[in-house]
Amino acid sequence: MIPETAMFGIPQWLWTIAVIIVKIAIVLGGVMLHVAYATYFERKVIGRMQNRLGPMVVGPYGILQPIADGIKSFFKEDIIPTNADKPIFFMAPILGLMAALSSLAVVPFFNGFVVANINIGLLFLFAMSSLAVYGVILGGWSSNSKYSFLGALRASAQVISYEVPLGLSLVGVMLMAGSLNITDIVNAQSRYPGGMYITAQWLGFFVFVVSAIAETNRSPFDLPEAETELIAGFFTEYSGMRFALFFMAEYTGMIIMCSIAVLCFLGGWTLPPFVLKLMPFLGAVPGVVWFAMKLYVCIFFYYWIRATLPRYRYDQLMSIGWKVLIPLALVNIVITSLIKMLVHPTGTP
Amino acid sequence: MINQAFFFYFSAVIVATSLLAITRKNVMHGVLYMLLLFFHIAGLYLFLNAEFISAVQVIVYAGAIMVLFLFVIMLLNLRDDIRKKQFIATWPMGLLVSSGILMVILMAMLTIKTGAHGVWGIAQLERVTQTVAIGTVMYTQYLFPFEVASLVLLVAIIGAIVLAKKRIK
Repeated sequence: MIPETAMFGIPQWLWTIAVIIVKIAIVLGGVMLHVAYATYFERKVIGRMQNRLGPMVVGPYGILQPIADGIKSFFKEDIIPTNADKPIFFMAPILGLMAALSSLAVVPFFNGFVVANINIGLLFLFAMSSLAVYGVILGGWSSNSKYSFLGALRASAQVISYEVPLGLSLVGVMLMAGSLNITDIVNAQSRYPGGMYITAQWLGFFVFVVSAIAETNRSPFDLPEAETELIAGFFTEYSGMRFALFFMAEYTGMIIMCSIAVLCFLGGWTLPPFVLKLMPFLGAVPGVVWFAMKLYVCIFFYYWIRATLPRYRYDQLMSIGWKVLIPLALVNIVITSLIKMLVHPTGTP
Repeated sequence: MINQAFFFYFSAVIVATSLLAITRKNVMHGVLYMLLLFFHIAGLYLFLNAEFISAVQVIVYAGAIMVLFLFVIMLLNLRDDIRKKQFIATWPMGLLVSSGILMVILMAMLTIKTGAHGVWGIAQLERVTQTVAIGTVMYTQYLFPFEVASLVLLVAIIGAIVLAKKRIK
């Protein structure tokens, strides 16, 4: 490698690495803040929906609650079960959080701001979301407890089943955009007349939303941690900071699923062309604001579902995945490819 | 230079983890070493400009197949097996056979001659991206073998269902 002096006498490659590190720091900081306040937001929203106030004690309207929770779990005793497989027990929550956080590398938050703009962005996201299950399985197995173990078994079967419709539901988007690069997908959407792929891919969006909820083990598909049957499922034996790491992984996973929904179906940081034509002054608002607003709507939707729907039974969960969602996703792929073949017989638009 | 350094790192870790995977008495640890192995193979693919294969390697092997492995292993009664002195008594035979295969591969590698290069050079791949290239080749030039492979998989799936199905009388 030839060191070229670029700015301030710093070699080019060092400059590149520095920019990447700063980007990673910004993304991690921003997302971790969102994770902390997603818990607060959830408790507030569900509280209101159930006619309660939610956290009100720490700070005005309980606004400092997540910080208090963080400090508390950091200083709590870390209890390890006697017969636990210690290395795996220590590793499991970190593995889960690592998989969730590395997905953030390919998520573009606004035009040009992405840590790694790679051509297989969407595939990378699939890969990382399929790795998130290792934290759950290994945590459940190594705890040497029946509740954890059953939670882990349920989680692994559920995540494997729902990965299939999750991947298939996005194939329609890939076909329409003709790319796996997420930035390209968003740009293709802004060229598309409707401005958002949800208009044409509503079936894919439906399948995606349902399987994303199952993939992140959220209610009504939170069978791996069903309190009434399994205490807390796979993290029954965890305490203190490791317990908090599992929570962070779950909420980061949720934010990533919402980001994929926003980027692939809701137009990412762009606005539909007809809206911009109607109200051109909206174009002056930075893209990250639109991205964040769409993201908050999606996260709110998660909470709304949690407060509304009861938990599914395990066999119902499996039959929804295999008998409803996968056929629907396949139908969506066939229809999308047929229409694309008729509209663009030569290939990529 | 940096490519070579990474290649040596990846191949060293691949050899080390595959040895660890087959010598651990705790099957769970063996599987985890294998997971590490799959990641490093994906890394090797990435250095060969095969980003699509690399991602599929992680999704299919690390994300799906290894999870199924773990699923099966968790259902075994592991804690009794660990006390056994040795799992396989015939390992010297296995070592003999695998070193024979290694010899054949080494001899083949020393005399290998690469054929004519196809149209998909690195410059061409960078222009159209590897995913497009694989899709184009697979669905035009190699469509028939591809469909045959998918039929074989379909047969396997139906066979598994038939075997697992409860007979309803």
